[in-house]
Amino acid sequence: MQHAVEASGLVKHFGETKALDGLDLVVPTGSVLGLLGPNGAGKTTAVRVLTTLLRPDSGTAFIDGVDVLANPQAVRSRIGLTGQYAAVEERMTGRENLELIGRFLRLDSKARKARAVELLERFDLVEAADRVAKNYSGGMRRRLDIAMSLIANPAVLFLDEPTTGLDPRSRIGMWEVIEELGADGTTVVLTTQYLEEADRLADSIVVIDRGIKIAEGSVDELKDTIGGDRIRVSIARPENIQAARQALAPLATGTIDLEPGSTTTLSAPIRAGGGVVPQAIRALDDCGADVVDVEVRRPTLDDVFLSLTGRRTAEDNEEVSA
Amino acid sequence: MSDTKISTPQRSGKTSIVDAWRDASTEATRHLRIIPRNPELLGFSLVQPIMFVLLFVYVFGGAIEVAGFDNYNQFLIPGIFAQTVVFGSSFTAVGLAEDLSKGLVDRLRSLPIARSAVLVGRTFSDLARNAITFIVMLLVAFLIGFRFEGSLVAALGGTVLMLAFSYSFSWIQAWIGLSVGSVEAANAASFIWMFPVTFLSSAFVDPATMPDWLEPVADHNPFTRLANAARALYNGIDPGNELWWSIGWIIAITVVFSTLAIRKFSRSAA
Repeated sequence: MQHAVEASGLVKHFGETKALDGLDLVVPTGSVLGLLGPNGAGKTTAVRVLTTLLRPDSGTAFIDGVDVLANPQAVRSRIGLTGQYAAVEERMTGRENLELIGRFLRLDSKARKARAVELLERFDLVEAADRVAKNYSGGMRRRLDIAMSLIANPAVLFLDEPTTGLDPRSRIGMWEVIEELGADGTTVVLTTQYLEEADRLADSIVVIDRGIKIAEGSVDELKDTIGGDRIRVSIARPENIQAARQALAPLATGTIDLEPGSTTTLSAPIRAGGGVVPQAIRALDDCGADVVDVEVRRPTLDDVFLSLTGRRTAEDNEEVSA
Repeated sequence: MSDTKISTPQRSGKTSIVDAWRDASTEATRHLRIIPRNPELLGFSLVQPIMFVLLFVYVFGGAIEVAGFDNYNQFLIPGIFAQTVVFGSSFTAVGLAEDLSKGLVDRLRSLPIARSAVLVGRTFSDLARNAITFIVMLLVAFLIGFRFEGSLVAALGGTVLMLAFSYSFSWIQAWIGLSVGSVEAANAASFIWMFPVTFLSSAFVDPATMPDWLEPVADHNPFTRLANAARALYNGIDPGNELWWSIGWIIAITVVFSTLAIRKFSRSAA
């Protein structure tokens, strides 16, 4: 089966900085890939290479079967790009922006107008269609930006941090737009620093860090890589914590941790499947600890990143700015 | 949520000259269309040339005499025209830097259009903007007594020559606009060097009055050739070789800097 995106061994160094250090990427046609990583991980560089804006030092990339390096112009007619800025002409109206791209793509006047109307409707911009984009809200600009990327029905749509800088309401609106694109069968490559966003939108996720892929899979597969479910137990009194730890030991599949900043809450990895919670409660009762709360939870992507890199995503941001 | 299938003509491989021209004119239309929507910018781009004409004429006009010219204004005004029209090229650098910073250049670079389109479109629309400025400036000059001493055809030739020279400088500015990192830097970088280029010339005074070491610099300045040729054409004097020198410089600057700028554009936009 032909993939919408196939890249292997992409390397791009900027002086000492290894923006890409041998990145492999495969995106099946019709799926949404979340490219997840902290600031400076190489997400944008990867998008720029795949969209012909940047030539890699080495490696190969194919979009819809077309070689990005050998035939960039043919690749450009198969992609749509929405970069980190909402790249719209501020002094033109939404409709004019769309028709401008249509003209570049050689749609005749009639097709241009029809396509613009269709996309304005689809992205809820009909009322604002004839206002200059300068007066659009952040969310409207992004929607116009994506609409402009879709004029030619691209085989792959690249969205580089599409919700960065949006207020929470606009962000949810943008998520709905992207979910609809996914449901329509558009192949989307989405970069994000937000774990929640990748979790919600992507069919599969590639985690990158320092220019290489450090994990990939579905959200659930990724969560499994750090050892399935975790149980979290709170007891009434700190003096019983040692006893509680011993009571839980037979059930845990790894180390039992005291929750940071707490003297009464323990968490531990457990094997997936039922029966653990009643056993845990019984064991804790038997040892005399009063159970206040028991919770079983699947790990978050934050946990995944921590277990893969030994760093939290937020810490990495600080490193970058330091 | 049904998508009408739009068959985009596949634009793969090399773009032809015709394609490149259509792409460039699409891009030029974008700029031309928004000129009237930015009245402040249009206003300021007209104020400066008018101000220059009036300031130079009324401040220096009475103090300076140039051999061969009864009226200094007939000598000076073509020089001011030349300077103003060349200053006008800075729009290219600033506009490009602005599009770069807003991500618009990336959007255009990711489209299957000719690599030259963005820059050719931009330089041509800036040429049109400069032509508008030029007309306003001419009107002001006429109001304060400037006259074409030669034929109308010669005067038209002088005007076209100056606009063409400004066009060639737009390519230097395009290269600058792509090279500097920000709009602010483009503002400064596009302007500063044009002061020595335009003042160390024959635009305002006869270079023979300059210090000995400076005179040859002014004599060989391409801008001197332009000022001399335009002045001659406006005053009914035979421009002689100055005309050919000017045309030569226009071609040379355009070829060299359009090559540099387009190469920079297609390789990377930092």
